[in-house]
Amino acid sequence: MSKVPAGLRYTKSHEWVRDTDQGFVVGITDHAQDLMGDMVFVELPKIGAQLIAGKECAVVESVKAASDVYAPVAGEVTEVNQALAEIPETLNRDPYGDGWLFKVRPVDKSILKSLLDAPAYETLLASEG
Amino acid sequence: MGHRTPLYEEHVRAAAKMVDFGGWDMPLHYGSQIAEHHAVRQSAGIFDVSHMRAVEVRGPDARAFLRYLLANDVDKLTVVGKALYGCLLNEQGFVLDDLITYYLAHDWFRIVVNAGPADQDIAWFRAHAQGFTVDISPRADLAMLAVQGPKAYELASPILGPVVDAAFAQLKPFHAAICGDIFIARTGYTGEEGFEILVDAGRVVDLWRGFVRAGIAPAGLGARDTLRLEAGMNLYGHDMDLSVSPLESGLAWTVSLAPGRDFIGRAALLRQQAQGLQRRLAGVVLQGSGVLRSGQVVHCPEGDGLLTSGTFSPSLGRGIGLARVPIAAAVGQVCEVAGRAGRTALARLVAPPFVRHGRALVDL
Repeated sequence: MSKVPAGLRYTKSHEWVRDTDQGFVVGITDHAQDLMGDMVFVELPKIGAQLIAGKECAVVESVKAASDVYAPVAGEVTEVNQALAEIPETLNRDPYGDGWLFKVRPVDKSILKSLLDAPAYETLLASEG
Repeated sequence: MGHRTPLYEEHVRAAAKMVDFGGWDMPLHYGSQIAEHHAVRQSAGIFDVSHMRAVEVRGPDARAFLRYLLANDVDKLTVVGKALYGCLLNEQGFVLDDLITYYLAHDWFRIVVNAGPADQDIAWFRAHAQGFTVDISPRADLAMLAVQGPKAYELASPILGPVVDAAFAQLKPFHAAICGDIFIARTGYTGEEGFEILVDAGRVVDLWRGFVRAGIAPAGLGARDTLRLEAGMNLYGHDMDLSVSPLESGLAWTVSLAPGRDFIGRAALLRQQAQGLQRRLAGVVLQGSGVLRSGQVVHCPEGDGLLTSGTFSPSLGRGIGLARVPIAAAVGQVCEVAGRAGRTALARLVAPPFVRHGRALVDL
């Protein structure tokens, strides 16, 4: 079974968001990395980019497939995980930790509550079978 | 649910990700297909290839029949045990399947065909056997393993036992031997040293476990694909199929057009040759970072081509592929590959293979 840590928020397109004092940290879920298999390239947004919620903002590419990453919330990119460019397999090994993609300063912090919580995301995964 | 090989339970127990391949439930990987790829290039890996079908062709006319049936000429097989790669064509010269023929006795050849087309192949064999005294018997009772990598033999030797081990030590590349109930061949689909085994389905689980305990890494279809593509080997259904001839698929070397032998598809190939070939299969290497995917269009100055296979090469750290391009598009030509969201990437045409015996054979 895929890991779905409590305390994170999730999107239907399989991104996760962690609320920290440095803003929101965004990554892709364990389920997403497992579906895609071995990651070989990661294309990250530019620092300072203005993200539009629901729009593609990064690309993760595995041996098997390429997939867009969608911005879970609107806001400005404040930091990106450059280490992933060198070692993309970190995304497979630790999707919720060292495999984070970027940090964003949200336009509206309260928007987080509109994303899925862990039980809701687990329900979504179960329904996707 | 698809067909299952005798090793299905082993794969599930090893937490393999299972996928459909040619109607069979097969392991894609056991955790990381890139790690499995490197295991084969640097040490040894083992593949369950029991979905492939062995077919016996036996009888006094076996040789004459196969000379008529196959585009390559089994008369090249003069030493018992020798193997020959080639294509099965239809009358139009298009590819029904690619296969390996092993010469086991003057009246006995063993052919190994792909999983997907197997039933059609066997029906085709039988439909064209009229007038030949041959018996055609698929061996669904046999399972097949491929053990590949520079340490394949060293690690497998204690598991094979002294009799098979002694026979294997004598075996030249692309030759096979039968030792009791084990058929062992120095063939494979990875560009590395190694061997393939055909054995009674009831014995294969014990053999598999023995090889794995000896330190040979289970490897799935994902690694099999990146390994064969690096080795410049075609995959049936992708790089050639019923819409192209072997001459357009980088397989002219497997077609014997020498006079004095008629075979199914020969007239069509001669016609194609006389009219002049329009397309050829080329190797493609991405200049920058990224992954090539089958189906991508390759824009060359000589015209457009199409990627028939594409992947990320773990050995080279680059996107590589095979593409059917205009015949005039030569090695060294830089082309534009159409990518996602209207973007393009530069790629160069090369002569496969990309990697053999752990060494890069193309300049990056």
